[in-house]
Order: sequence, then C-alpha cells, then structure tokens
Amino acid sequence: MPWRFQSDSPIYLQAAEVIRLRILTGEYPPGSHVPSVRELAQEAAVNPNTMQRALSLLEEQGLLYTQRTAGRTVTESEELIRCLRLKQARSYVTDCRQQLARLGFSPEEIQAMLRDWNAKAAPDGETDNDKKE
Amino acid sequence: MTEQPILTCEGLAKRYGRTEVLRGLDLSLPRGRIIGLLGPNGAGKTTLIKLICGLLTPDSGSISVAGHPVGPESKAVVSYLPERPFLGKWMTVRDGLDLFQDFYADFDRAKAEDMLARLGVDAGARLTALSKGTLEKVHLVLVMSRNAQLYVLDEPIGGVDPAARDFILSTILTNYNEEGSILISTHLIADVETVLDEVLFLRDGTIALHDTVDHIREERGVSVDELFREVFKC
Repeated sequence: MPWRFQSDSPIYLQAAEVIRLRILTGEYPPGSHVPSVRELAQEAAVNPNTMQRALSLLEEQGLLYTQRTAGRTVTESEELIRCLRLKQARSYVTDCRQQLARLGFSPEEIQAMLRDWNAKAAPDGETDNDKKE
Repeated sequence: MTEQPILTCEGLAKRYGRTEVLRGLDLSLPRGRIIGLLGPNGAGKTTLIKLICGLLTPDSGSISVAGHPVGPESKAVVSYLPERPFLGKWMTVRDGLDLFQDFYADFDRAKAEDMLARLGVDAGARLTALSKGTLEKVHLVLVMSRNAQLYVLDEPIGGVDPAARDFILSTILTNYNEEGSILISTHLIADVETVLDEVLFLRDGTIALHDTVDHIREERGVSVDELFREVFKC
C-alpha cells in the first residue's frame, strides 16, 4: 500500500516521520537493518531521491547509521530511542489536550479525564473511544 | 555520471498556422530525475514532447538530448510513450515485442517478458482482445524496457483505473536509472505527485514554473496539485 501524505508539508519530511515511528515502535529494532532506499521508495510509492532525503534526515538526527558495505542500520542507542519515545508521547498528550480543549472542556476536566480514563481497564477504555468515533 | 543535462531547449518556438503554441521556451533538465510536465489542455505539452522526440520540427530554437541535436543519435536514447496506443491492431503482444527488438538496440526483451508475465498478459494474445487498461500497460512495459536515457511519457495514466495507475507508477519507479530521466505529462497531478522530483508548469507556450515538489510544499505549504489549481484557475 502506498503511504498516505498530507498536502501541506514536504513529502520527505512525512516519509521520515513514518520511518521514525517504525523505529520508535520497535518495528525496526535498535541495531537492525533498514530496507534500502529503493525498497522503501517502492513500498511508499515515492521518488527514490525523496526517500534518500528522508533517510539522510534521520541520519542527521542520529537515528540511522550508514555502514559502508552493509547499508543502513538503526542506532544501537536504546537510550536515544527511549528519549524520543517519551518526546513522542508528550506530543500525543499535548495534541489530545488541545483537541479536548477545542471541544470546550476545561483544563481541570481534561486532567480528570486523562487520569480516570487511563486508570480504567484497557478494553473498556477502547469501547468508550470507539463509541465516540 | 556526467553533469551534462539530459535535455536542453533554447528559445524553442512552434506555431500551427496562426496559433503560436510554444514561444521561446528555455529548459534544462538534469539526469536521474522524474519530472512532471503539467499544464492545462492546449498549453503545448504534447507539442513539446513531439519536438523532443523529433516528430515535429521547431520553427526556431534548438533542442539537444544528452548532447545530441534531435536526429538518429537523440532518438536512440529517447524512449517515447505516445498519448494513444501505437501498435497495429492486427498485432499480438509477441509481435509488439518483436517490433521493439527489431527497432531498438537497447530493448531488453527478457525484462519486458518478465513484466508481462507478472501482469498475467499472454504473449500470444491479440492486442484487440485486451482491455484498454491492459493495452496501455503493454505499451508502457515496452517503452520502459528500453535502456534509454530519457523516457518521455505522454499521459501514461489517463483513462486507466486506480489499480492500473498504481502498477504504472510502480513500473516507472522500479525501472528508471540514475543516469536517465523520465518526463511525464499528465493532468492527474495528485496521483503522480509523490513520484516526481520536479515539476514544470507550461503556460502560454513558456515554462511558468520549474521547481522541485518538496520545495513547492516547503515554501508555499501547498501540494503541487493545489498550486496547479490556483495558478490555472479558470
């Protein structure tokens, strides 16, 4: 399936984001090999030059390394990945707060929701969400 | 890899009777890129393509492909997919393969046969028995199976269903090489946008814009499709 892209930002940034999430979620574990530019470009249905740029960006950020002969690998630093996971989590929570605030909930109400709904058993929480959608 | 542009046009002009189609068009395309040729109907896309392929002669100005003026040497390195099917109605798929093998020294028959097999197209099938989408795919397979330096595709995805479109785009992506470039003319910008490096907007017989897709998105915060709708709003 080709990847889906938003129209308001560069494709390479969005492609880098997809790969970054794959690293953070462990789909590409620390130290593992990443598919080649060509394979990723093919999968995403994007131009190989665009994919190359996305991977270079992740290299600059220290998430990927190029090895002369062995292609690209994910960083071995679990510390870095843990750090980025937390950062990502924070941005999800910030997003969530903003959305709830738009619906008209006060910061206190939102705080209560996050606390109480988190405490519930997961399946229950999921049905709650499903119903809302 | 050389730095020489794959295509250079200088002061290119072409008129049909009193209608000026191209007026002093200047253009230089680098190698190893996939470039979209975009513009409203009648902007001169097909005329430009036919000039590049040597099917029309310019009234003034010059074209060079990989350093060669348009002629046998340039035609040997350009692989052209016309807007409409060009293989004879009496032909079978195999006849098409034979024709390309006879005409083009750079035709990789094994590659073409392999792609056709993956498509499930029987080489013995008559072209008239194929659906429109399959017929377009067969043409594209032939054109992309040449080891050319410049592929010129005139509306390769018009009139085929979305699944066929995906096949065509993925064929384009897998088959191009770093030395060569692909020029694709199309109206279906949203479908090809992610595949392109650069776009050319053709308007009033000249290049109104020549930029990379990501630079357009970065600078203007809109997709090429949206920008096109804005620029060419009726």
